[in-house]
This record gives sequence, C-alpha cells and structure tokens, in this order.
Amino acid sequence: MDITINLTDGVPIYRQIVNQVKYLVASRLLLPGEELPPIRTLALQLKVTPNTIVKAYGELETSGVIQKRQGSGTFVSEGRPQPVALRERRRVIEQRIDSLLAEAHQLNFSSDDILRMVRERKATMDETTAEPAEVKKEKTR
Amino acid sequence: MEQSVVDVKELSRWFGGKNALDRVSFRATAGQVYGLVGANGAGKTTLLKHLLGLLRATTGSVRVFGLDPVRDPVGVLSRVGYLSEERELPEWMRVDELMRYTQAYHPTWDASYAHELLETFALDPAKKIKDLSKGMRAQAGLIAAVAYRPELLILDEPSSGLDAVVRRDILDAIVRAVADDGRTVIFSSHLLDEVERMSDHVTMIQNGRVTLSGVLDDVRRDYQRSRVRFAEHFNQPPILDTALLLEGSGRTWSVIHSGSLENFRASVLARGGEVVESRDATLEEIFLARAGRNNQQVEAA
Repeated sequence: MDITINLTDGVPIYRQIVNQVKYLVASRLLLPGEELPPIRTLALQLKVTPNTIVKAYGELETSGVIQKRQGSGTFVSEGRPQPVALRERRRVIEQRIDSLLAEAHQLNFSSDDILRMVRERKATMDETTAEPAEVKKEKTR
Repeated sequence: MEQSVVDVKELSRWFGGKNALDRVSFRATAGQVYGLVGANGAGKTTLLKHLLGLLRATTGSVRVFGLDPVRDPVGVLSRVGYLSEERELPEWMRVDELMRYTQAYHPTWDASYAHELLETFALDPAKKIKDLSKGMRAQAGLIAAVAYRPELLILDEPSSGLDAVVRRDILDAIVRAVADDGRTVIFSSHLLDEVERMSDHVTMIQNGRVTLSGVLDDVRRDYQRSRVRFAEHFNQPPILDTALLLEGSGRTWSVIHSGSLENFRASVLARGGEVVESRDATLEEIFLARAGRNNQQVEAA
C-alpha cells in the first residue's frame, strides 16, 4: 500500500494514514473487498509503532471505510465507497488551501494570481487526459 | 487500573554533590512504546540503569513487574532485554558463543528467531566480538537482547553512531517486539524523528527532571508553530504571549507556542501583526522550544 509519512508538517502519523487510505479508496486505487496489509506489515513498512496502525485502522473502521473480518484480516468495505462527510472533506481541502495561501503570501502572489494559476493548472491537467490510463494513474499520485 | 510494567515514583539520585535525577516519576504499561528524549547528560541513561537495578535510588521507588530490581535482579533481568549505549559485550567471545551464553541464562531463548536475525544481519558467527564493527556490535547486542523475547525491551540510544541500514534493523526489532508479542519497549534517542515515528508515549528529561511526559499525539496537540508577519520591523524577537521560541528577522517570524491559538493571535494582533499560518508543532520543534532557550537569546537569522 502506497503511503508516505511526512514528519515536517505537524499532522499526527495516524491521521496521515487515515487520510491517505481514504484517498486511495476514493480514487479506487484500493478497491472494495481488497485486503489491507496486516498491522505488523504496515508498521514495518512505514517504520512506525504498531499502535499507530491500530489507531488508524480503528478510525477507518469506525467511519466505515474498512472492515475487520474475524481471523482473516482487514478489507476495504464492499459496496459504494462511503461518502466522506462534507465537513471532513472541506477540512482536508482547507488545510491544503491554507498552506498554499501562506506560501503564496510569502512569495508575493495575490489570491487572484493563485486562482488564475489553479485554473491554468486544471486546464493543463485536462489536456493530458488523452494519455493512456496507466501513465495517468502514475501522474496523479 | 492497568498493570504497570514499570512504575517509578519520585526517584532521586545523587552522584556526590550532583543531582542526576530529581523526583522523576515514570510509568509504562504493557504493549506500548516509550521514547525518552533529552540532551546528553540529562539523566536518560541514569533512569534506565535504575530500571535494571544497576543503580540504587537515593530516594523514591523503582518497580519493574512489581519487583524492586536492586533487591531481585534475577526476577527482573530474566524478563528484560537491554541494549546499553556503550554496547558492553564480552570482547573475547565469538558471536555464536555470545548467543549460547545468553541462551543459557534465558530458557525462553528463541533459536530460530536468533538464527533469522543473524542471517538478516549477515553476521559471521565465528567472528570475535572485539573484531566487530560498530554496526555489527549493535546488531550482535540487539540479538542478545531480543531473541529470548523479553517482556520489556530497554534500548539506550540504540541508533547512536549507526548507519541507516542498522538503524532500520533496530526499528524493525522494536516493531516486531510490540506487534508479535505485545511487549513493552522503552528507548532513548536523540533522533527525534525516530522517536516521533516509533513512540506511543514520549518523556522529556532535562537536567534530571521530567519536563514533559504523555501520549505523543496529546503532547503534540499542545504546541503549535505559527508564521507571523508584523507591520513594523523588529530587530529583537518581539515579546509574545505563550511564545516559547521565535526565529526570523524583520517583519517575518516563525514562532513555537503553546496553549490556545486564540490567545496567541490576540497577542500578535496587539503588536500589530497577523498570524499567516499555524499547524501542530513537530516533536523536534517542541524539543527545541523546551530546551531552555528563551526567546531573547535566539539570534535574528
């Protein structure tokens, strides 16, 4: 499972795992019914205390993204991916916007500049959708 | 109440006229990882040596598995794995002799685990301890500390002076001790990113005193790092409420602060500034902020 831990932005590690698994499920890089790595495996991969994985999986289970099956492992919930609450989705995006605006402020871009740049980037991305699916998947990661 | 694996109460230790530990309390419960941080000489090793019964408390009490490690060293040490900072090992032994020697004291020795680690580390069993490199010594010491699957694993600066590969081996051993057996791990480290990754709880020791202790995520929530911009230039760091560490120059400052963000914003506003960005502080930032530097001593960059 492709998860990256970043220790410089102050987000708790279990929260980073929760957010990234939700993203992987929402973008169908993890499919319904697909098995997640066992706690020990993911802890060894990410070099984090196993209890952090327990906490992250617990929260993902509570929010219905994954399910534990007795004795067999942890799986992405079947059926349509649970819509993440609007409040939660806004929170994730707003954090990104805040740091973007802070950077922009430091580099002397106005918020109008930023809005224009976002539209330009989006247009560039839309042009690339003609590329083969495999390549696109790599790019948007 | 949950059974404590380690329970240290009001431990003080004097070396001659020096107060090495000053009323230190520390508790560890099963299945959790505890990270000890603090400057060299702050008292981390002294605390760990008390847990092993190598030092006797001047005042206060130390209990490991409910036992006093000074009065019942066998009862305690048979259940504890220890990797010392100096990696003291019998120099004259070969690696395989060290394994057999350790096994003799520990009926729970897991020979297949020991063998697996020897293979993973590519350690030559016929090599003498005194001929091992620093990294190999750490690996040999680690096998001797973990292969009998102790209930409590104590690692004193396990990563000190080691390259990235051996550091990874040590982190793997911590993960396995906790994930496979629900063991308890206490480790000290000056590598704060390692502590941040590997610890469920963090304890900061400064000048023999515990200055910060708790669940890592809770501790982190109490501190924030904000970027602040002022209307006027400051040649000296501006005085701000709840600020612990300021770095920067002129109009732009980066501040580590504790307590509520609202209070901090108000105090920035009162000095004619605005908070541009805030986020939870990293352990490294908290450590620097708490390391005793006050904001007037920080030089403008």
